[in-house]
Amino acid sequence: MAVNQRSVLIAFLVLLGAGPLLLPEFRITQLNYIGLYAIVALGLVLLTGVGGLISFGQAAFVGLGAYMTAYLTTATNLPAWLALISGSPWLGLLIGLVSTAALALLLGTLTLRLSGHYLPLGTIAWGISIYFLFGNLDFIGGQTGITGIPALQIFGAEVKSDRAFYYLIWFALLAMVWATHNLLDSRSGRAIRALKGGSLMAEAMGVHTARLKMEIFLIAALFACVSGWLYAHLQRFVNPTPFGLGVGIEYLFMAVIGGAASVWGALLGAGVITVMKQWLQDLLPKILGSSGNFESIVFGLIMVLMLQWARDGLWPMLARVLPVRRGNGKRSVPQGEPLPRRRMPECGALLLDVRNATKKFGGLVACNNMQLTVRAGEVLALIGPNGAGKSTMFDLISGVARLTAGEIAFLGERIDGMRSRAIAQRGMSRSFQHVRLLPTMSVLENAALGAHMRGTLGVLPAALHLERAEERRLLAEAARQIQRVGLEQQMFEQAGSLALGQQRILEIARALCADPCLLLLDEPAAGLRYLEKQALAELLRRLRAEGMGILLVEHDMDFVMGLADRVVVMEFGEKIAEGLPEAVQRDPAVLEAYLGGVE
Amino acid sequence: MDLQMALLLGQDGITNGAIYALLSLALVLVFTVTRVIFIPQGEFVAYGALTLASFQAGKTPGTLWLLLGAGVAIAMIDLTVAGRGRARRRVAKILLWNIVYPAAIAALIFLGKPGAWPLAAQVLLSLALVVPLGPMIYRLAFQPAAEASVLVLLIISVAVHLALVGLGLLFFGAEGSRTPRFSDAVFQVGSITVSGQTLWVLGSSLVLIGGLYQFFGRTIYGKALRATAINRTGARLMGIPTVMAGKLSFLLSALIGAFSGILIAPFTTIYYDTGFIIGLKGFVAAIIGGLASYPAAAAGALLVGLLEAYSSFWASAFKEVIVFTLIIPVLVWRSLTTHHVDEEE
Repeated sequence: MAVNQRSVLIAFLVLLGAGPLLLPEFRITQLNYIGLYAIVALGLVLLTGVGGLISFGQAAFVGLGAYMTAYLTTATNLPAWLALISGSPWLGLLIGLVSTAALALLLGTLTLRLSGHYLPLGTIAWGISIYFLFGNLDFIGGQTGITGIPALQIFGAEVKSDRAFYYLIWFALLAMVWATHNLLDSRSGRAIRALKGGSLMAEAMGVHTARLKMEIFLIAALFACVSGWLYAHLQRFVNPTPFGLGVGIEYLFMAVIGGAASVWGALLGAGVITVMKQWLQDLLPKILGSSGNFESIVFGLIMVLMLQWARDGLWPMLARVLPVRRGNGKRSVPQGEPLPRRRMPECGALLLDVRNATKKFGGLVACNNMQLTVRAGEVLALIGPNGAGKSTMFDLISGVARLTAGEIAFLGERIDGMRSRAIAQRGMSRSFQHVRLLPTMSVLENAALGAHMRGTLGVLPAALHLERAEERRLLAEAARQIQRVGLEQQMFEQAGSLALGQQRILEIARALCADPCLLLLDEPAAGLRYLEKQALAELLRRLRAEGMGILLVEHDMDFVMGLADRVVVMEFGEKIAEGLPEAVQRDPAVLEAYLGGVE
Repeated sequence: MDLQMALLLGQDGITNGAIYALLSLALVLVFTVTRVIFIPQGEFVAYGALTLASFQAGKTPGTLWLLLGAGVAIAMIDLTVAGRGRARRRVAKILLWNIVYPAAIAALIFLGKPGAWPLAAQVLLSLALVVPLGPMIYRLAFQPAAEASVLVLLIISVAVHLALVGLGLLFFGAEGSRTPRFSDAVFQVGSITVSGQTLWVLGSSLVLIGGLYQFFGRTIYGKALRATAINRTGARLMGIPTVMAGKLSFLLSALIGAFSGILIAPFTTIYYDTGFIIGLKGFVAAIIGGLASYPAAAAGALLVGLLEAYSSFWASAFKEVIVFTLIIPVLVWRSLTTHHVDEEE
């Protein structure tokens, strides 16, 4: 017997709400801490589990939130310009959030542009630094910390008891879970999930990956700050101990053990680690006969084993075991008003103009003095033996690689030197030779990623679900393009479960979602069966008739010769022939390149 | 600060810098060969120093139990694998390194009474005990996830660090130890005194660095490691087993870590968790070298050592803060000079 998701959620909320009426005091305290930790872990789910960025320094953000409010609500000798805002916990929260954001912005600027491991290393270093700062600055009490922090007041009532605080903490946590859940199920959420697959594809879809990374780093830091603020007013005193690097590592473990890809994983991880820690702290000293933080040995071993054998954490396991039916069964094809389209160039207008393009990798000349043009309403095939420089040409045109010399114009505008994101925004869209889909996302969501640039609403409206109208239109557009390429049967399947040929077709659908006027396709027919190839050729003919320009790299000669209007042949980075398919097929230079010379 | 003081601090800085240089070289080595950012490097510093201190005190170091335990665990895993693959010939080798060797060390400790041995012999025994833990940790923690991303390996690394610090507390207790100097000689150079131990640190750092240079440049194993660092797949296709390369780099890293610990334990009291901070300073140096360049890492290490020495004079409470915030300008400089698009992390 399976129950549906909604009733499980409601049962969970009812239990949670009834908790303080049924449970003894120490359980309430425990649940309060689990809630506080889960808030931090939730930020890490977004940052690490979904976005693929790692921070060991979240405890320091918690500390910043806690110390900021502790200091501002207790200090008696504040300078005049600060005295105005002292005394109120809510102002403490505000100042805490602002200073956390400023610090996170600074750290993010320093580390996010570098390769992935500099962020965690940076967070380790500054996690230690802040801890030492807390312990050594006299005005915040050094190692003794700050006492006498006032209780919170909500609508004039003091939130003092653990039971009252319980509702506050869990309300805050659930609100953040809701917002994070909303965020992940949105245009920005898809883009965040695309970060993990490498920034190349995301940038080609017009995602500003650097800004997005900064945004999720900020969100995770702000969550941590809120947790610290709640902690300070719950405990009513702060000292440096709970904000050290070790605790920062523990937060990350919570997210990883719980299941860093799911918002509920944060709750599960925080719960499991907190309960287990208390249990181990009682048990281990008895077994080992001396006292100390021996639970870290067990946590370390568990983490190593989890990462070796169950990298997705506990939540997916739990979700598999529980007889919960996901969703409400039938999924319907999204409907929505069509998105505005770009004005297509006249048929025959010059779209792409590559002049004297040269690319050198050190001493190797991958492309030498290449010329080619693509016009609206034509299919240009770029062919050549392996290693001829076709893919380099693609990378140059789409802005992944920089030219050594020469120039490339798109719609009359120089685009060499532009980022691939900027080029994509101008109406050029591409597929990849090595398929770059997000295998655990549905076919529909993968296609919708292509429409990213056609939406405008960002992280904040998404978290509050204020972007539903736009989201419906984006998904409807994705559904339309999926139907156009003939994948409607698979619309709700995971992209990773498709056959390779279908994945290539999905890449085309994703590219079409961007409403391009020039389509770059890198070996779209590889891995397709005969009938599928015919269907693909038919689709490309239709697009051509609508006035789209198509640049095609392909090895399948039957496919190319039946479809292309013109063919450019490359060998050793140079153009050796250009012309109509029949003429190129008879060209002696081409025959020599493909079949070897006649001795 | 007068000249005398400046010279004294400079000497301190260079001595510590030499240790950080050794550690940063080990970190760069392990990272380039295995992609593991080896946070537990510092634990080897503590284990090396505290194991020697245990011998000095006539006690059995707890690291022995770790060696025996890890040996048994690896033997069980590897024998299962070997049995499945019918590679019976490997059985003898597995037993030799994971059961016989740890048992021999145990026998030496229980029967040989190392407490009465000369210092040099105790040092050798400490290394013989601690260094094999390096490849064993690689086998148990990292090898099963060798193909994972850098970030997954980093989290494993942090988890191993946590477990080893906890074990360190269990083995050695919360009290710190110092070990005797290698030499009690004192030299007068102009107005400053240089201790024999300082010369030992500088001398052995130079010898180790020179030795590594020869190892990487001249020996087949060294070249195999370099090849793996440059291109893992290519090296494997050339018949260099990645597992061997991984274990070898962890062996070198453990050797450097444990020996560094033994070198500095006469200067400063080593606690079970001291290694982490020392190792992290090696990291700051390695990051200055972009986790890739050995000479830049060594130069960075000297800078870290000097900065630490002088900041302990002016603002001793904040010396850790100052050293760790050093990486901020380094990161700024790197982020301004790096132009690569991060792919497939």
